[in-house]
Amino acid sequence: TPALAEKLGLGRAALPEELAAWDHDVRPDGLGLPEGSGDVLTGEELFSEHCAVCHGEFAEGVDNWPKLAGGMGTLDRDDPLKTVGSYWPYLSTTWDYVHRSMPFGNAQSLSDDDVYAIVAYILYSNDLVDDDFVLSKENFTEVELPNAGGFIIDDRDTTELPLFIREPCMTDCKETVEITAHATVLDVTPNDTTDDAPAAGAAE
Amino acid sequence: MTDEPETTKAASVPQIATTRRGFLGAGVAAGGALLGAGAARAAGPDPLITEIQPWAQGLGDGVDATPYGLPIRFEGDVVRRNVGWLTADTISSINFTPIHALDGTITPQGCAFERHHSGAIELAKEDYRLMINGLVETPLIFTYADLERFPRETRTFFLECAANTGMEWAGSQLNGAQFTHGMIHNMEYTGVPLRLLLEEAGVKPEGKWVLVEGADASSNGRSIPLEKAMDDCLVAFKANGEALRKEHGYPVRLCVPGWEGNMWIKWLRRIEVGDQPWEQREETSKYTDTLADGTSRKWTWVMDAKSVVTSPSPQMPIKHGPGPLVITGLAWSGRGAITRVDVTVDGGKSWMPARLAAPGQEMAVSRFYLDHVWDGSEMLVQSRAIDSTGYVQPTKTELRDIRGLNSIYHNNCIQTWWVKANGEAENVEIS
Repeated sequence: TPALAEKLGLGRAALPEELAAWDHDVRPDGLGLPEGSGDVLTGEELFSEHCAVCHGEFAEGVDNWPKLAGGMGTLDRDDPLKTVGSYWPYLSTTWDYVHRSMPFGNAQSLSDDDVYAIVAYILYSNDLVDDDFVLSKENFTEVELPNAGGFIIDDRDTTELPLFIREPCMTDCKETVEITAHATVLDVTPNDTTDDAPAAGAAE
Repeated sequence: MTDEPETTKAASVPQIATTRRGFLGAGVAAGGALLGAGAARAAGPDPLITEIQPWAQGLGDGVDATPYGLPIRFEGDVVRRNVGWLTADTISSINFTPIHALDGTITPQGCAFERHHSGAIELAKEDYRLMINGLVETPLIFTYADLERFPRETRTFFLECAANTGMEWAGSQLNGAQFTHGMIHNMEYTGVPLRLLLEEAGVKPEGKWVLVEGADASSNGRSIPLEKAMDDCLVAFKANGEALRKEHGYPVRLCVPGWEGNMWIKWLRRIEVGDQPWEQREETSKYTDTLADGTSRKWTWVMDAKSVVTSPSPQMPIKHGPGPLVITGLAWSGRGAITRVDVTVDGGKSWMPARLAAPGQEMAVSRFYLDHVWDGSEMLVQSRAIDSTGYVQPTKTELRDIRGLNSIYHNNCIQTWWVKANGEAENVEIS
């Protein structure tokens, strides 16, 4: 077993302060959440100041920047809108990701209370809590996101491998072949090495 | 006289052309003039032979001219390419390996694709620290110098972005193998088995998963089951013989053989052992695959068997006219080694086994060749990879029947190039 393997004696023991500085991850069961709390209205102010330039005042997204709210009930449609409210399974992921990696370009600048408040505002933007809601370490795991049950573990072993592990056809595999779609109809491929814009009009 | 002199040709090559159509027109005209040239008598003496050329008379560069060289300027089109409309900005974005123009299997680091979520950071070896914590006997800190003292392994692996070919789910969209299949590179890595680092810290019996994260602002945290971490994951510091490039995770990255590129954490700074997965943003919001009924697969780690013909292809039109034609491409599988690649030129009515340049290696790219004689008529060219598990690369229709159109990731379908009689090729779908 790993625990019995012979060691080389390389590296040194990590100090508590070092572990505290880098180990910030939060799990769906709430493991890793720090003490703290924040309410929707505080979150709205913080969101307006730090987030809305990209994500919109109502978390609806600006230009191509990610939309954090909306899209409920669109997952089985063409072009589903995947947001915290419509798609994300766990609130812990929102807290963890905002805390470590947002705002884009100034990550790790938000306090624990700031993050609780911003996450409360994102919940409010998705119509999941009222405007007087206070999110805290204590009530965090009581929040269940709408799509918590929307994920299955990779099932290719049962749904695909039995179909695709096979003896392939080599001759007389089909009678006719027709072209059904052309990339040049869309014409969104850059032309030369200095051109990173679409050739003529973006697809979306 | 069969071609313009190299010196004037050189000036026009790096930029290819302002429009592809103009370039193709010129290429086809040259090809037409060459019809049957392989066996024909020369029209007259070739001045490139009969006249003394400057390189045969004067002097080239000294050995002190280029301490670390770049490709010759005539290869200026063999570069990474960006597609502006794919992402909101260029920092959390993707670019593409010029696989259409490469051969063999090793990807030159300088044009190997990049995918960042908060940009390519600069992290010196002196500033580098790797932490192992969580359910271990002793949480540890390693310096870069510590890592160099562990027993090493050298292995060649492909790294394919989970989103490679993702823009093609709904239809033919981007016109070139670089754009449809270029979120991939294949390198020879040297590093320390992750198992040895975990053993040094001592994994507790209740440890079942590891969280791996980078030093960059995005952190890119992912959960990996302990069995994979203890099996073949490599904490790498060299690629293709030299240090990792900045944009590929200098000084240390994780290799997760056969698994989606997102998990190959760059600028690796921390590995935590836990008893449950973390469900980070990169394994919930992203890198989950939505099916037609609105449910989504998670933890779709393995990249299935896949292949693509790199030439001829939209960026590599046939310019030499009918006759001998090398059809070549790449094949790979995250489930094992490539054992066979079949090629069709009639849209899948009939298939021919291609020749592998070398026996397939587990979780590494294979190069295939089909030595064909082209009669000058239209072709619908496809390749079909088969791996050591017996998995046969499916068609796009077969994948759509199971997954629908909104999976985004893991599109390993058979690609079709329509090669026209003039040698130009286009990305198409066929029945």
